[in-house]
Parts: sequence; C-alpha cells; structure tokens
Amino acid sequence: MSAVIDRRADNDRGRHLLGIGGMDRSDLEEILDLTDTFAEIGRRPIPKVPALRGRTVATVFFEGSTRTRMSFEVAARRLSADTVAFNAGTSSLSKGESIRDTVEVIAAYGADLLVVRHSMAGTAHRVAGWTDLSVVNAGDGCHEHPTQALLDCYTLRERRGSLDGMRIAIIGDVRHSRVARSNVLAFTALGAEVVLVAPATLLPPAIEGWPVTVVHELDPILGDLDAVYLLRIQGERITEGLIPSLREYASDFCLTAGRVARMRSDALVLHPGPTNRGVEISAEAATDQRSVILDQVVNGVSVRMAVLFLLLGSGRQLGAVDAGDSVEGDR
Amino acid sequence: MSLVLRGGRIIDSGGERILDVEIGEDGLIAAVGTGLTGDVNLDASGCVVSPGFVDLHAHLREPGLEEAETIQTGARGGSLGGYTALVAMPNTDPTTDCVAVVEQVRSLGRRSTCEIIPTAAMTLRRDGVDMAPMGELVDAGVGIFTDDGTGLQDPRLMRRIMEYSTGLGRRLGRPVVLAQHCEVAALSAGGYMHEGEWSSRLGIPGQPAEAEELMVMRDIALVRMTGAHLHFQHLSTASSVAMVRGAKAAGLPVTAEATTHHFILTDAACASYDPVFKVHPPLRTDVDVRAIREGLADGTIDAIATDHAPHAPHTKEMPFDQAPAGMLGLETAFSLALGDSGLDLPEVLALLSWRPAAIAGVADRHGVPVVPGAPANLCVVDPDETWTVSGAAMASLSSNTPYEGRTLRGRVRHTIRAGEPVVVDGEARR
Amino acid sequence: MAERERRQTPPFGGVFVSHARIMGTDDMGRAIRRMAHEVIERNHGVDDLVVVGLQTGGVPVAERLAETLADIEGVHPLLGTLDVALHRDDIGLRPVVPEAVTDLTTDLDGRIVVLVDDVLFTGRTIRAALDALCDFGRPRSIQLAVMVDRGHRELPIRPDYVGKNLPTRRDEVVDVHAEGVDLGVMQK
Repeated sequence: MSAVIDRRADNDRGRHLLGIGGMDRSDLEEILDLTDTFAEIGRRPIPKVPALRGRTVATVFFEGSTRTRMSFEVAARRLSADTVAFNAGTSSLSKGESIRDTVEVIAAYGADLLVVRHSMAGTAHRVAGWTDLSVVNAGDGCHEHPTQALLDCYTLRERRGSLDGMRIAIIGDVRHSRVARSNVLAFTALGAEVVLVAPATLLPPAIEGWPVTVVHELDPILGDLDAVYLLRIQGERITEGLIPSLREYASDFCLTAGRVARMRSDALVLHPGPTNRGVEISAEAATDQRSVILDQVVNGVSVRMAVLFLLLGSGRQLGAVDAGDSVEGDR
Repeated sequence: MSLVLRGGRIIDSGGERILDVEIGEDGLIAAVGTGLTGDVNLDASGCVVSPGFVDLHAHLREPGLEEAETIQTGARGGSLGGYTALVAMPNTDPTTDCVAVVEQVRSLGRRSTCEIIPTAAMTLRRDGVDMAPMGELVDAGVGIFTDDGTGLQDPRLMRRIMEYSTGLGRRLGRPVVLAQHCEVAALSAGGYMHEGEWSSRLGIPGQPAEAEELMVMRDIALVRMTGAHLHFQHLSTASSVAMVRGAKAAGLPVTAEATTHHFILTDAACASYDPVFKVHPPLRTDVDVRAIREGLADGTIDAIATDHAPHAPHTKEMPFDQAPAGMLGLETAFSLALGDSGLDLPEVLALLSWRPAAIAGVADRHGVPVVPGAPANLCVVDPDETWTVSGAAMASLSSNTPYEGRTLRGRVRHTIRAGEPVVVDGEARR
Repeated sequence: MAERERRQTPPFGGVFVSHARIMGTDDMGRAIRRMAHEVIERNHGVDDLVVVGLQTGGVPVAERLAETLADIEGVHPLLGTLDVALHRDDIGLRPVVPEAVTDLTTDLDGRIVVLVDDVLFTGRTIRAALDALCDFGRPRSIQLAVMVDRGHRELPIRPDYVGKNLPTRRDEVVDVHAEGVDLGVMQK
C-alpha cells in the first residue's frame, strides 16, 4: 500500500517517502543509523556538505506550516541543495487549476524532489503517481507524517538507546493526527508498546485492529510510562462537538507540573509542536528536565537530511558509470 | 426496411425460446418465429435477445456540465451498454425543477439513441426548502421526483411532499414516485468515504453507514404515514437492505435500486487514494456487499441502477476531498451484473430491464415481452464474450470508470431503439 | 571497500578474490614504522599533529600509525576519523552511503593533519577529504599517508608517506586488511 524508501536498482517508479506504513524495522533502523552521520554535520563549525550540490528541493505546501517547511529547507541547504517554495495561498490553485497541473509546472521548473504537504490524506501518494520525481510526504491530512515519526524515534533512541520494551502514551486528538498514525506504526515497529490516551470522541473509529491499547484516563497510567507524546488540540474540536471545552480537556489530559512530577524521573516528554501551553502541556512541563521537545526540533533537521540524501544522493543512476570505476571505488 | 435478429435465445419476462425476431419499419416487432429474413439481418446466434435495459439513475449532465457529458454522449454510452431508456437525474445546471428544463431535456433526448426520461427535483434548486411545482411537472409528464445528490433533510417537508404527491397520481395516470438519496447530511458532513477500519487507517474522514440508514428508517415511517410511493436510490448498507425488506413485507409501497459498484467494490479500494473510487453513497464493506447481493437475489432490491456520474478528468486529478463523487456505469453495468452479482442471466435481465421499466412508468414500451406488436426496444448480448474496460475508449466524454483495465465477461452486441439498430456488433452507429 | 558500498556496486554483492599476497603482517608493521619515522622527521616530533583516518579502510591504518608514533615519541598524537561520502564528486552516479560517523572534535586551526587511507587510486577520495577538512578549520599543513599507492591518478594529488608503491591494472582490486595486503579482482 504505502511505498517506502525503495533503493532497489530495478525500481523505476522513482523513489519516495510517503509513509511509515509498509516500512519494517530494518527500513526504519537504516534511516535512523544514517541520521547519526547527518547529526554530526549539524555539530560542525560549518554545518554544510556539498552532497546535493546542483539538486533542487521544492517544498510544495498546500497547507500552512512554518516549522516543517523550515526544517526541510535547513536540511536541504545543509546538503547544499537549492530550495524553492510553492505556497498554495499565492498560487493558481485558487483559480481552479488541478493539483496535477500544479505539480507538473513545479517539476518543469527543474525540481528533483518534492516535499508535499496537504490537508487531505493521500495527496502525496497521488502526486508521486503523477511525476518521475522523488516525493517526500510532509504530512497528508489525517494520514501520515513520516519524517516526524522518524525524528521522534531518533530522539527516543538517542536518549534510551532503543525503543524496545518502552511504554509510550500518545495523548490527545489521535483521530485527526497524522503524527499519531505514523508514530503508532513506527514506535511499534521498533519494539515499543503504545497506549492511546484520549476521550472517546478524539479516537479514530474502528481501531480494534491497531497494535495499541486504548484508555480514556491519563492519571492511572502516568507512573508506568517511559514516554508521553502529546498531540496538539485545536480549538475547532469544540465547535465540532468533540469535547465540551479546552478547560475540561486540560483538566483531564493536560501534562501539568503536578502530572509530570508523578512520571518516572527518566521518562521523556515529547510534543510535535507548536505547543498550546495550558491545553495539552503546561509551561513547566514543557521545560521540565524530562522534556525533549527542543531535541526533536534539532533532530528533525538531521533526519530530514538523511531522507533527502537517501532519495537524491545515494546512487540513483546505477550503471551510468564505467564498471571498473565502480567496482574499485575511486580511491 | 425490415430488420431481423437471427438465431438468438430470447429471454424476457415470459421465459426463454430460440427464435428469430423481425422488426418492421414502424418500430414494432412484426414477427417472432423461425426462418425469418429481412432487408437487414443481424446475427444473434449464441447470443441472448432481451428487452432493452432501463437505467433508473443516470447523470447526463446536460444542461450545465456539458464538458463531462451530454445527453447525446450519455445516451450513446447507454446504447453501447444495452440500454434503451435512461432516467435522467435533475441535478443539472439549472436544476431540472420546472417545466422549461424538463422540456429541454426531453427535446435533447429525442435526438439521442435512448429514450430519455426526465425527472424533476422535489424542491426548487434541490435546496430542500421549497417544494417544486410538482403539479405542473406531473402535467408535463414527469413521474419521478428526486433531489438526488443530497437527501431531503427536513422531515416535515418530506412528509408534505409525500402527502402532496399522493394527490397527483390521478393526473399522471399512475402513482408519482419519489426517489430518495438517503443521507443525513449532518452525520455525513466532512466524510469522503465509508467510516470504518479503512477510513481510520487511510486517514480519510469517513461518513458512517448510519447517515444512510437513519433516512431510510425515517422515510419508511413517513411512507407508512402518507401512503406515498417511495423509491430508495442506491442502497449501500446491510441495515438499509434489511429495513426495506421489512417495509416490503409490511406491504408498504416502496421500491429500491442498488448500483453495480455497491455490490462489487468495497471501501478497501480507497487505499489507492484515487478519487475514481469516491462515490456517494461511499463504497462500503464486504458485509454490505453481501447484503446487497442478497437483496438483489430475494427481490428486496427491484433494480440494478448505474448512478452513471461522469466527471471531467481534471476534476478527478484533485485530492480526495476536493474531487467530485461519482463513477461511470452505463457501459459496464451489464457485464458486471452478469459476472459479479452471483445472479443468473434471466435474473440479471429482469433487474436491468423489465423491473426498472415498471418503476420508471415506461413498462408499455420498455422491458416489454418480445412478441409481435411490441415496441422494438431490444438488446442482443453475448454472455460469453470477454472485453477489457478502457475509460478512454468509452463513448462518455469522461473516463472515470473504477474498472479500468479489468477484463469482463458478457458484452452487448446489438441494441435496437424503436426499431433502429443504434449499436451493431458492439459499435455505436450514431 | 566498505561492505555496504560493495553490496550496492556492480557486480552487486560481488566477492573479492585474491591473486597474490603483496604484504604480510610483518611487512605492514615495518612499513608503518618507517612512515612514522618519516612523519616525525618531517614535522620535528608529533606536537600539533592530528592523525585522521578516512572511513572506513583508513581508520585501522591511522590507528596503527598513531600507536607507532606514540611508541617512538612517548606522546600520543590526536586521532580522528573522517567520512567523505557526502563530499564525493560522484554522488548520484553510483551508490554513495556514509559508512560511519565523522569524529573530529579538535579544532584544526594551525595544526598539522596527517590524512591516512589504505589505498591511493584515482585521488578523488583525497580531494573529497581535503574539501571536508576545510569545514573543520584551517590546518597549518595537510599531509597524506597511504598504505598502498596503486597509481591511476585522475587528479594532481601525491602522497607524502607511502607504505608500498604497487603497479596495478585498472580492473584489479587492492584489499588492505589486518593480516596484510592482497591484489585480486571482484567476482560475482
């Protein structure tokens, strides 16, 4: 179903990162292992390598986002790729152009890879079907956000060495969260146990088949968790009749100073950002020593460098070079 | 110039026999017998001669959306699919909610290769607020009213329209049929596929089966109250079928149709994220597919309809939420019904021809037994020929078939409309 | 050649077949000892010296060179590793995957860098390494030590310290490992 990063030599479909779905543990671990290399580059005096010189990464965002776009742009520039940005707000989409036409125009500008975000599930998959370019899904509706899941796994692994046996609670609006879907897949693939914690209205329907346990109360499990992953709550969930008020939500689910203090001292607090202080997390909890929210931001760049390099730099045109050269490597 | 269909196996509501059919210049069947020869002879050996098909549910898009389909191209597709009559849905632009648009549709239809049966909206502009001039429309020959595309939400207005319609039957000469697209909008809003395991996995917001079922339940209650004839369009859920079965057992004047896609495809098809699988009501689960087939088999569902809904290609090259709902159906319905419904050929022909003809009020000229003196609205189908579906090769101006590339068994060879061979050897003549 | 790179290079998954043992363990030890003396002689000791092994073949050679320098001088020179995959000029033309993390924590400003690799061939890896080193500071001098110089240079690069000069055919492969140096070919 979902395509994974596919580096087989006989693969002529172009290479994409569309979702965590379809990737197995070794696929994920390969990316995470490679991320170490790119994290090191970020710590250099001059954090830039020429790896993707001459390549162009287009960020094609049909939905607003500052952080994710910036993270991809920083990642691309650290690899010396050029970046171009497409904004739906200023485009001809509002004039009725089909999204396929839009994508073909962007490709014609000479982009090598499209980073696509859209408010509807599956748009990155559709775009990947219309173009020969590589496509990275930077969030499609309520479906997936694979680079977020990768950076979250990297952050957990960096702190704990491995996700094996970790008990991680994903708390909040799971129903509308692409981050939650990607992370359920990624965390469980890497050996963690996932608990979804939310009021019943904020859980997806018919998730009996998911590899998770579901609870509707946070407090009873707080002390047993290795990590809590807080999801953003949007104000419109109230007008949609999903929760009575942000105040009631916060009283049941907000990670307050009191709640964070009841967590184990080595437990970790993650949030994909931007945080709603006082709704899903309090200011004290966000800055608690358990919080790795800023690590997530830093690691986001490293993971995205690894993904961009894998898709654009790791040997796309196999056989284009004299065989003798290739066998030897150029010493 | 007389036309003879030679050597075919005739199947109609009267049974089966192998005989030649001679069609006169007056568009009526002149003779049925052996050894007949005409000025033009069409080979029907190895094939089945059936009364032409009647689609209770076609969106022909004219007037208003001629880039997606016209009455002429829709009818040509219909002829290629074995249809001789199409019930045209009123969600045109302008809405078919007044006599002028009905007359326009009918007049465009006269030049086409099918009989086009106009329907009219129950409410002005299909906005669910003000009743359309149903009396005037009945006087103009409209027998079916529907707000298809949306359900009529307001139960009070639905009750009034049902009551009003019962008083118009004498003017029409038969009961007025109200056709309902059952969907409680407040429950389906924001959903683009069936709500369930697949929608959760794919992250596409879903609409629950209950959005359809609540309106089926409401309308059965209102039929019991008013005695109006209600036709349930495109039933898609197991509970809907069960409720209609119960209503029929209670003797209520209800009929129902199911589309080919609702007894063949499931919500799993949406995993491709291709909006060609986006349709209203949405593709449901395996359980629902089985229930629809059972409903077809036991007579709960009276007719197979297409809900033929052409959309210009660029409109489907959109994200799932923005793309319009609907799929082509006219050219594939017979083959799919034969191959995938689990029904045998005579049952399939009944569901495609004489049973919908009765609901559409055209049983005097469509779905009529193949006997001398009957109007020659016929099709000749080869139940064994296989063919491969190609949206681009279809007569429709659009190509949004969800069966692209599928090989199907059973193909329409000839179609005769009012004595005129409009499809010969699988090719449209005009 | 590193395992991951070998796996992804034609003939995919090929194996190295040795034709001749060029150097044994003792030969390598003697060569490293000679190179160490040359490094000390040229730089008047090991002050300010940073020995940088290229990932992955150059790293064990660099470690042995550093140990030998420490034996002779009694002072351990600084040791680092460098992966040049991301600085290569053939990215996109053939499989290039970083093998190991670069470990160069020292500021290179004003230092003498001895770059160490196992085999010097076209010179392109060294060009990439020179490029990469410049992102870590401005060394006073960069010198190059290789266990085997097999010729076929494509760039104006020459080693300062050589374990062995070995004339080869272009399609041959030189394999430097813990027990010595072999000359052979890759076979599927």
